[in-house]
Amino acid sequence: MSVALAEGNLLDVVDYRGGFRGPDGEVTEVLAGVSFGLRRSTLTAVVGETGSGKSLTALSVLGVQPRGFVRTGGRMLFDGEDLFAGGPRSFERVRGNRISLVFQDARAALNPVFTVGHQLIDVCRAHRRLGRKEAEQVVLDMLERVRIPDPLRRMRQYPHEFSGGMAQRVMLAMALVSEPELLVLDEPTTGLDVTIQADIMDLLVELISSSGLTACLITHDLGVVAQTCQDVVVMRSGTVREIATCEELFTAPRDEYTRDLLAASRLVEAR
Amino acid sequence: MSALFGRSRSVLSRLVGALVVVLGVVTLTFFLARVVSPDPTNLYVSPQADQATRDQVRAMMGLDKPVLEQYVTYLGQLVRGDLGTSFSTGQPVRDDLLSRLPATLELATYSLIIGTLVGVVVGIVGAVRRGGILDHTGRFVTVAGLALPQFFVGLMLLWIFFVVLGIAPGPVGRLPVGLVDPPQTTGFVVIDALLSGQWAVAGAALQQLALPLITLAFAIFAPIARTVRTAMLEALDADYVRTATAMGLPQRTIHYRYALKNVLLPVLTMLAGVIGFAFSGAVLVEGVFAWPGIGQYALDAIQQSDFAAIQGFVLYAAVLYVVVYLLLDLLYARVDPRVRL
Repeated sequence: MSVALAEGNLLDVVDYRGGFRGPDGEVTEVLAGVSFGLRRSTLTAVVGETGSGKSLTALSVLGVQPRGFVRTGGRMLFDGEDLFAGGPRSFERVRGNRISLVFQDARAALNPVFTVGHQLIDVCRAHRRLGRKEAEQVVLDMLERVRIPDPLRRMRQYPHEFSGGMAQRVMLAMALVSEPELLVLDEPTTGLDVTIQADIMDLLVELISSSGLTACLITHDLGVVAQTCQDVVVMRSGTVREIATCEELFTAPRDEYTRDLLAASRLVEAR
Repeated sequence: MSALFGRSRSVLSRLVGALVVVLGVVTLTFFLARVVSPDPTNLYVSPQADQATRDQVRAMMGLDKPVLEQYVTYLGQLVRGDLGTSFSTGQPVRDDLLSRLPATLELATYSLIIGTLVGVVVGIVGAVRRGGILDHTGRFVTVAGLALPQFFVGLMLLWIFFVVLGIAPGPVGRLPVGLVDPPQTTGFVVIDALLSGQWAVAGAALQQLALPLITLAFAIFAPIARTVRTAMLEALDADYVRTATAMGLPQRTIHYRYALKNVLLPVLTMLAGVIGFAFSGAVLVEGVFAWPGIGQYALDAIQQSDFAAIQGFVLYAAVLYVVVYLLLDLLYARVDPRVRL
């Protein structure tokens, strides 16, 4: 499947390949040439079942793939510049600065022995030239924007004192505090209660649209996709099966696998 | 307010628990001593002595009374701070222990500082440069430290540096024969000598100290280095380190603050055990170097079946471990916010 490199995409993943090196030194390919682009100021969903390589692709955008993963080919063009071309340095330049990542299971993703405020201020000051007091204020404002009640008190608490939903809001604040251009969301609502999932998604959509961010939502929840995203990339077994606008995908899916997915999610029946 | 109350109450319950442990150790050693040698009079009177003499000795030692009564008497003495009298030195066990404590403290303190520092550095470097030449070297030395018994390390050092090379003094204790102890202020000979301006004495004391210090520090370094390396590797693989990396924090911050504070927890636990080991006189190290500390005293007491001395030593070690672990619990709660006392 070929994808035209549209002018003005913020991120283009081009024929990205890689796999895990086994004990025999052989690389088992799990990403077999992934290509898609993210249009500026849009929310693009990457959907697919477990093991389709969607999370792996997302983590690769920041070069934080799990240990043992080896890239075997492809490019990752961020704002026209190949992130792989400059070695690890080019990732360091964009990490948390121009591209931010929201992990699933925020409680585990935060450091258990530092207060939430401490971690947020560290991230803030790593990217913006601010004094401690100023950074504190920026973090406080950000916690208010992600609607954490009583943020001043919450800043002094540790991750284990947060519920899953509140921790995910902290994670979101951490991703946004450096004012990135691209926000990658790796299954941000997996593992949360359904009502809280909806709250978090509402908040996400609001934050993204209000600040003109480009965002990439990794998910397997087609219901969420239908409500929130403009573009959809369907992945399976390390390949892209279909790229479409949200409307096209739900009204006229071209790929057979997409149709199966839609059928399985029972969204088509509702139509 | 209620949290404060709850905290002091739980500290109190820990203290009670600690007392129970000490009482258990005291009881166990008392009865073990009676089982091992129900009639220790044989150790003190000649085999040809007549029954009257034996009875006299038994009465003097309180051995003619029922065991339970002896036990109660013993506990009563302990409460008054009386650990009994050593049969081999003829001194109260408490005085014996106190006079030997400085030697143990001096050796243990220096060894703990050096062993821990080197262990932490080697462990961290190994984890950060995983698989590199420094890591392999560090692991090799660590395994050696874990596998080789301390008396063997001590004897090898003596053989190389004293017998073969002749650059280290022989194992004759804290000072070479002929030198007089400096006036005692801290009990640490090196420091006391420096305080009183006796440079030659301080130098000689340092030379005496070198080999036992290396031996003990080596034994302390190995488990610390291993624990630090394992914990650091785990921390570097943890989700929060991945988060910090993705958020673009500098690698220095990630390694030496985000990961290291998590590493502190298992290291504290290991450190508590090592501190107990070193301060209870590292019996084998003191034995090899004739170091006049608590460990050497315990070794002598065991060889001579000096029960009051053995019981005194065991009590000292038990109290030491209990206190160290109690402090560890308090410290743990400060480092790990998830731990509530």
